[in-house]
Amino acid sequence: MEIPVEIPVEFLIEKTIIVVAVFTISLVIAMYSTYAERKVSALLQDRIGPNRAGPFGLLQPLADGVKFFMKEEIIPSSANKALFILGPSIAMMTACLTGAVIPWGSYLEIEGKHIALQVTDINIGVLYIFAVVSIGVYGVMIGGWASNNKFSLMGAIRASSQMISYEIAMGLSIIALIMTTGTLSIGEIVQQQTTDFWNIVYQPLGFFIFMVCSFAECNRTPFDLPECEAELVGGYHTEYSSMKLGLYLFAEYINMFISSAVMSAFYFGGYDIPYIETLGLDQNVVTILGSMFFFTKIVLFIFLFMWVRWTLPRFRYDQLMNLGWKIMIPMAIVNIIITGTCILLF
Amino acid sequence: MQLTNRSKVVVDKKMTFMERIYIPAILGGMRITLSHLFKKKATIQYPEQQREFSFVYRGKHILKRDEQGRENCTACGLCAVSCPAEAITIIADERKKGEEHLYREEKYASLYEINMLRCIFCGLCEEACPKDAVYLTEELVPAQYNRKDFIYGKDKLVQPLGTSAHPKTYKPYKK
Repeated sequence: MEIPVEIPVEFLIEKTIIVVAVFTISLVIAMYSTYAERKVSALLQDRIGPNRAGPFGLLQPLADGVKFFMKEEIIPSSANKALFILGPSIAMMTACLTGAVIPWGSYLEIEGKHIALQVTDINIGVLYIFAVVSIGVYGVMIGGWASNNKFSLMGAIRASSQMISYEIAMGLSIIALIMTTGTLSIGEIVQQQTTDFWNIVYQPLGFFIFMVCSFAECNRTPFDLPECEAELVGGYHTEYSSMKLGLYLFAEYINMFISSAVMSAFYFGGYDIPYIETLGLDQNVVTILGSMFFFTKIVLFIFLFMWVRWTLPRFRYDQLMNLGWKIMIPMAIVNIIITGTCILLF
Repeated sequence: MQLTNRSKVVVDKKMTFMERIYIPAILGGMRITLSHLFKKKATIQYPEQQREFSFVYRGKHILKRDEQGRENCTACGLCAVSCPAEAITIIADERKKGEEHLYREEKYASLYEINMLRCIFCGLCEEACPKDAVYLTEELVPAQYNRKDFIYGKDKLVQPLGTSAHPKTYKPYKK
């Protein structure tokens, strides 16, 4: 039986434009994150960084991309070919999917119509993000398994056990946030912060746990054990070459971008500029300024990711597990209890 | 015996709570890395900017000619003997009549080869040479694709005719 659903053409066009824009922006930002990573690492180490391709080396990501495509594609003869190709595809796909529920801005007013700058504001947005992120583990796991190589498998096991253990603490820290906001829709969480204080005021501990866990989820230093070059050659992507390797590395940067966006949306008011409504500006101007403010926050968070990476050494595996299970999870539970008590009392 | 005041006694004492949560230490580390963001960079933009070589830099060898353009080398073999890496091969020959404008002494090196892969650029050949013939210049020995291209014969070593002792590349050693 066919269910008659009428989708207005305008709606389709509007959403298509937003989807394409979000996709392009996350790819471009991830691309320039690779450049920023090299630049930041260089500057923190008293070097200059890439400066040959284009002015200030701005074309470096393009050169890297071309290099990745031109490289010889090697699939090990003992590898499981289908899974070998599936691994990076999953990693890349899940990285791109998360951007769909993040509100990139308030709404634009065009000819009396309100156009929300969000692909879709589903009422379980938080759950959606967690679901998609946990599928991302499969990309790593399948890649490591399909390579048929000890080091890859070790890296993959490390990666998946790390991601799974830190996801628990991450989820628990989010539960406290959901208790204060009372909603799972990210659009609404941000909306509430425009009229109230930012959530960081109510959930400082929750934010801290969430941030540490997102470092672990993105496999960034100090939690970059899955790809520790010193012990595991390259970790789960040891056997990968050409653009498949590129996809893995690229997915990491998209994840970093998305988790920066999630952190600023959940705890730092998203597109909210405090007290902008007192200026009495036009709605469209406010929205555009808000989006720019949102991206500024994201860029600052990405910088924080890199800054931490080039400061801290890597954890040992048992330290990582200790921190995850014995400190982060109890701390998150305590945070829930404190939050619950406060909600009851006030 | 105490040489400096910088020695530190290492103690394995129990860490306090503030030390155990590591956050102050992490913030301290991040402050240090951030301060490096604004420091002067050590990079030299190589092909455009070049650092000056040290006055005593030892690079590619040169076999000198005298003021009349005659080769100084008399194939005595002292450089080959002094060479700790055994990089130098010399075959001596007698100067024929009519070659007085080419070679300064009655004996000359018909073959003078230095294997740049063996050479350690110690400069002992230069020290050993009694005839003021072999010097180490500031030129670099470039990379090659084949091993045999690293064996430099007279074509690459002898100072080109008509050039003077160039102050930059054919530096005078010991004034």
